[in-house]
This record gives sequence, structure tokens and C-alpha cells, in this order.
Amino acid sequence: MTKTPLQFRLNGAEKAVFTEGGQNLLDVLRREVGDFAPKYGCGQGACGVCTVLVDGEPRLSCLTLAETVQGQAVETTSGLADGPELHVLQTAFMEHFAAQCGFCTPGMLMAAKALLDTNPTPSRDDVVEAISGNICRCTGYEPIIDAILDAAHNRRRSA
Amino acid sequence: MAKHRGRGVASINYPIGMNLGGDPSQALVHSNPDGKFTVALSSIDLGQGMKSVTRQIAAETLGVPVADVYVDTADSDTGPHCMGSFASRGTHRVGNAVIAAAKEARGVMLEAAAEELEVNAEDLETDGKGNIHVRGAPQRSISVADVAIAAQFRQGKTISGRGIFLIPLSDVDPETGEMTPVSCYAHACLVADVEVDDETGEVTVLEMNSAYELGRALNPKLVEQQLVGGAWMGMSHALYETTEPHYPSRENGAVDFNEYLMPGPGDIARHNIAVLERPAPDGPFGGKGPGEMCANPVLPAVANAVFDAIGVRINDLPISPERILRALKTRDGISH
Repeated sequence: MTKTPLQFRLNGAEKAVFTEGGQNLLDVLRREVGDFAPKYGCGQGACGVCTVLVDGEPRLSCLTLAETVQGQAVETTSGLADGPELHVLQTAFMEHFAAQCGFCTPGMLMAAKALLDTNPTPSRDDVVEAISGNICRCTGYEPIIDAILDAAHNRRRSA
Repeated sequence: MAKHRGRGVASINYPIGMNLGGDPSQALVHSNPDGKFTVALSSIDLGQGMKSVTRQIAAETLGVPVADVYVDTADSDTGPHCMGSFASRGTHRVGNAVIAAAKEARGVMLEAAAEELEVNAEDLETDGKGNIHVRGAPQRSISVADVAIAAQFRQGKTISGRGIFLIPLSDVDPETGEMTPVSCYAHACLVADVEVDDETGEVTVLEMNSAYELGRALNPKLVEQQLVGGAWMGMSHALYETTEPHYPSRENGAVDFNEYLMPGPGDIARHNIAVLERPAPDGPFGGKGPGEMCANPVLPAVANAVFDAIGVRINDLPISPERILRALKTRDGISH
């Protein structure tokens, strides 16, 4: 099969890989690049665990053709922490016990980051809307919503 | 066409663990030469927090900091035997096994420390910060790390302990048929307020108020986490989740998340929880653990609330819009 060269930035670092025609971004991230933060859940865009940011926009990487991110900036939870310094969202998720089994967490974090990056003062409804494409089986969502609101608050305070 | 409000109540007595073959769990505790401890279990933590709770239990029993204990649940082939993570048995059964194992390891640790300090082991106490000293004479002290090194390299001792928890088997009384299925019960009561739309058949849970009695809450935040998440799952089972086909046969059943429905973040109900702590005599530090009971009372409470709202009993789960509309037609004598 013909392989196509693909260049993009992943969490600030330049990546160059060969993709097969039709290969999706999740597959490229996990198999070609070795970033296992985005998870494979339903494979049809219904669960949100594969959510990554492409040029700041939340995208379901299982439904995104890898070729379409040529030259763009991709963000995953692997790039959230700054060395030992956790991202304000990660700290809030920890403090609010917003993860149990943890499988939905990478997708939740990226959906939340996309929200906070564009709306620093989200309402509870804004948060609910932002994570409505992400399924969580353990927490009942409440701790996740609280964590995101708290992270927004903390980010404003430290800004 | 209108929306009808209703309130339902459910109370449950919930058995912790089971009594098949005594329901045993084992734990093994050992120290490494750096004075840190490893607890080996075969019980798996699926996110409920069993690793955190057994870590606390081991640290408390050993008398060392929580940070110095690592719980390894990785491999049921090589770990000590456990019946498993189910039947709400983790905290109670595994916790008791960990206490037994940590007690034995603590005994060896104090013996090794006694040899180093040239005192009687019975006169030693731990400070919970990584040191062992003579009771009443804290200056006569040795760190757990130094004890571990001495045990390993000088005394030739393994600071380790074995633990098992096995409840007495309860045979069936041939005269009365009576038996004791479990040794310990948790309790809960939940009130659900719902709204039923008699045009669409949709049920919305407006609010839940609950009280859970689960022994001592060994880690209150983890308990709250289980109760909040579990109630969501109960609501999901009550109103949404089914693998049944809608029409007319099994081939049309749910195959993915677009058809297998669950309440999303916009569908959650306000839930006020009261945790009542009555330490269980046979529980680890009095704990019973929340377990499956987090979800259980929601289902009958919602079913009762639906009855209160529209006067019909739905006896099959989930209480889907279809079942509501069929039940209303039957109630009103309209043929299907």
C-alpha cells in the first residue's frame, strides 16, 4: 500500500511519520508515534475517549483522517503537564476524585482544555455541554464537572 | 398531556461478601531492604479505590507512613489467592486479610528492631513516621529503614507476614432451613423525585436524597465518590440501559453507544447524601465498604416514584418511554 509522509506538531514537538491511506489520527498517534494517552473506545465517535485537540479544537481522533492534520498542532494529555508541574485541570481532577478507572480521563481532560482555552469563565451548563460527547461509566459526571469549574476558577486566580 | 411528579422510597439491607466456601481472601506483606513495604493481593482495583484503602489499612497496622506502602494487585497467577473483586467484599474481606498479614510482618519488624536496640520487642512502639522507639524513651530509636537493612543483611530475617480472612461456614439447619449467608450487612435508604411525561413516556429524575450506613468510612472521599457514581449507574439501569431489542426481534437490539443508552452529564440529578458510620465489629477498622449498594436502592426508588406519579406499576427494567406509554394505555383501557 502507498504510504504518505505526514508532518505535524504533537504537544509542541515536530513529528514526521508515514501513514497508510485511510489511517485515522488515533491509529497514527498510538501505533506510529507511540503516544498512548488517547484511548480507543468505540471507534465510531460515540464515546469521546480518543478526544485530542487539533489547532485547539477538540476532535475525535478515531474519526479524523490522519492526512488532514498535515502541518497542524495536535495536543494530547501527554503534553498537559509541564515536567513535574501538573496542568491545572489535572490537579483539579485529582482533588475532586474525578477519575476512577481512568479510561475516560484523557478524553475528558482534552474536552475540558478546549473549553477553558476558549472560555475562561464557563458556566456549569457550558461545562456539561463541553463534555456531553464523552462517556464516563464510574463517576456519575458530577466530580468531573466540579473539577473543570474549579480548574477554571484556579486558572483565573493564578493568571 | 401533562408532566406528573412522583416520589418513591426504597430501603435495603445489603450483604457484604458471600458465604460460598467461606469467601476467603489472602494477603502477603513484605518489606524491602529500604524499609518500604509491598502488599501483594490478587484482588483487582477497577477504580473503586481498593488499592488506596488496603494501603491505608496496611500502613496503619504496620505503624509506618502510607507513602511507604505499595499495593501490588497485578497478577492473580502469582499473587496470593483471592475470590475476587465482587459482592462488595473488597474492603471487608481483603482489608481483614491485610490486617492479619501486616500484624505478622509488624511482629517480625519489632523483633528485628529489638535485636538492634538490645531491648524487649514488647517495649517497642512505632511513631507512624518511619521510626521505632522504646515506649517512654523516644531517644532510644531506630528507623524502619535501618531495621529492614539489619534484618536483611545482618540478622537474616524476612520482615514479612501472611494473612487470610475466612468466615465460618454456615451450614443449612436441616430442621428449619436457617443459615447465615453473610456476617455483615450494610444499609441504605434512598428517596427519588421524578417527573413523568405522559406524552413522550420519558422519566426524568429530579433529585435523590439518600442515607448510607456502611461501617466506618475508611476513606470518606472515596466513599462519596462511590456513592455519587453508583447512584448514577442505578439511575442508568432504572431508566436507560438495555440490550433488549425494541422491535420486533433480538437482531434489532443495541449494538453500540448510539443505541445502548446511558444518562449523560446533562441528565444527572441532584443527589444529597448522608453517610452514617456504625463501625462493623468484624470489619477492618470497622469498615464494611460501599460496593454494589451504591447503585441498588435507586432502581426500586425510581420505580416507586413512577408509580406515585402515574399510578401504574412497571415491573420490568429499564422503565423506558415505551413501557410507560404501554402501561398508560393499559391503565386507561386503550387497546394497543
